[in-house]
Amino acid sequence: MIEARIKKHFDAGRESVGFQLDMTFQAGPGITALFGPSGGGKTLTLDAIAGFIRPDDGRILLDDQILFDGPAQVHLPPKARQCGYVFQNYALFPHMTLRQNLEFAVERVPRLERSRRVTERLEEFHLTEVAGRRPHQLSGGQKQRCSIARALIGSPRVLLLDEPSRGLDPALRGELHTLLTQVRAEYDKPILLVTHDVEECFALADQVLVVMSGKVAQSGATRKVFEQPANVDVARVLGLYNVLQVEIRALDPGRNSSRLRLGEEHEIAGPYFPGRLIGDHGWLCVRPEQLTAAPRNGRPGGNQIPASLTRVMTTPWRTRLEFTGDLAVEAQQFDAEALRSCKDWWIGFPQQGLWLI
Amino acid sequence: MAIDWFPLWLSLRVAALSTALALAIGLWLAWLLANVKFRGKEVLDAAVTLPLVFPPTVLGYYLLVVLGHHSPLGKLYEWMFGQPLVFTWQAAVVAALFHSAPLLIKSARAALESVDHSYERAARTLGASEPRLFWRVTLPLAGRSIFAAAALAFARALGDFGVTLMIAGNIPGRTQTVAVAIYDALNSDKGALARTLVLVISGVSIAILALANRFGPRQPVL
Repeated sequence: MIEARIKKHFDAGRESVGFQLDMTFQAGPGITALFGPSGGGKTLTLDAIAGFIRPDDGRILLDDQILFDGPAQVHLPPKARQCGYVFQNYALFPHMTLRQNLEFAVERVPRLERSRRVTERLEEFHLTEVAGRRPHQLSGGQKQRCSIARALIGSPRVLLLDEPSRGLDPALRGELHTLLTQVRAEYDKPILLVTHDVEECFALADQVLVVMSGKVAQSGATRKVFEQPANVDVARVLGLYNVLQVEIRALDPGRNSSRLRLGEEHEIAGPYFPGRLIGDHGWLCVRPEQLTAAPRNGRPGGNQIPASLTRVMTTPWRTRLEFTGDLAVEAQQFDAEALRSCKDWWIGFPQQGLWLI
Repeated sequence: MAIDWFPLWLSLRVAALSTALALAIGLWLAWLLANVKFRGKEVLDAAVTLPLVFPPTVLGYYLLVVLGHHSPLGKLYEWMFGQPLVFTWQAAVVAALFHSAPLLIKSARAALESVDHSYERAARTLGASEPRLFWRVTLPLAGRSIFAAAALAFARALGDFGVTLMIAGNIPGRTQTVAVAIYDALNSDKGALARTLVLVISGVSIAILALANRFGPRQPVL
């Protein structure tokens, strides 16, 4: 269990603007993802926990030990903190073999025990055959496994991973996810994972902290955060939603329905929103795959608004259409002929499953 | 003509000793400058650099003042070792040290600072104390650059003329190093001796540079 309240002010430098880190969170066993845009303070948070930077104020508690306490002037050095840290570039010592890299982490342990632990770890992470090689002779996946093995071998009380999947190709990323899932199953301590990848968050994290501008913008179970973003900034940074400004024109709890005004002239129907009043303004979050798009050559069907197509993006799995008014629609396939010839479309909204902030 | 090789041996011995001393003192100073934040750090850095920019005779003069018979340091040395420091071969070591150490400290600081910080951070999270971190991680990673710097410092110590002349003098068979001997030979019409020594020293210097490039950092040292 880790509990942290970290405050630190960074002055504006020649090449940077001033920055205020003000994070409060706790994390239990399992994977907690620190998710958010670059420059939001995710890595700084890890560095403060590991002891690389000293916060101005706050308190960091790991299990029952105080790692940092501002008022009491406690600031343990990194070596006394028992934090396993996996660096973005792996930071395997280039002048040592894999085995020596692991041994370095358990040098205090008596020799026989040390040798046994290193051998076990090498086995467990499928590194036995390459144990005698130096890091530059290894594949990316092997380096990754070794850096995680090295971070874990000293039995740290928390595992910190700084964007481990950055710059990895999809195959390696998959390998990493499998590995981290295994680690989570066997290691009953908190794992903090810095990432700015939504899919990674969703695949691995039990809990998410959305970190923006040095603060925790939202925290909670992964699914809940993703389905119910707490504010418009979180909704936008998740990148999963169309975030549309709406005004509530009518509410009917009896029929579980509402009327929402979208922009200047359009109205759509939605579900009843408890706790809202007529005339309220809000942000409607609707996922691109919840919307439908059809060429505008007939009359509108139910719950549709007109929009003009601005951009088409195709991936092997799906097609994304972007429209005027910050609207995006995704589906596996659209009518290819219509995509070429048609500029004006109807966008259809579902009447249920809308999230209003 | 019989050639007196004494100046060459003396120079090699002086250069080796001063390089060893420069490593012992310089690595520590370089580490301090590279890793520790303290007040007056840049002042210390400037002080370390000064011998590099002073003319050798000026540096020699200062050393003479600080280490001479009448100075406290000179007296302390005399009390400890039973003989004055100036105009002995030990003074030549001091001269070579002051002439070459700044170069070594500067290069070593740069080398230590160029080691990727994530290695040092990794070592710390793995429970390494600062000395262990230095000996096991930082030094091996900066080793090639530091070796090259030491080789260059050795070459510089080998060739010192001005400072040595000022504080060790030119006593044949006692304090006459090779650089001084070459000058002396030219002045006393021993052209052949001067030529031989010049050639030998050139060879040694080229060998040092080759060594520094062979075992030094991936990019050529000079």
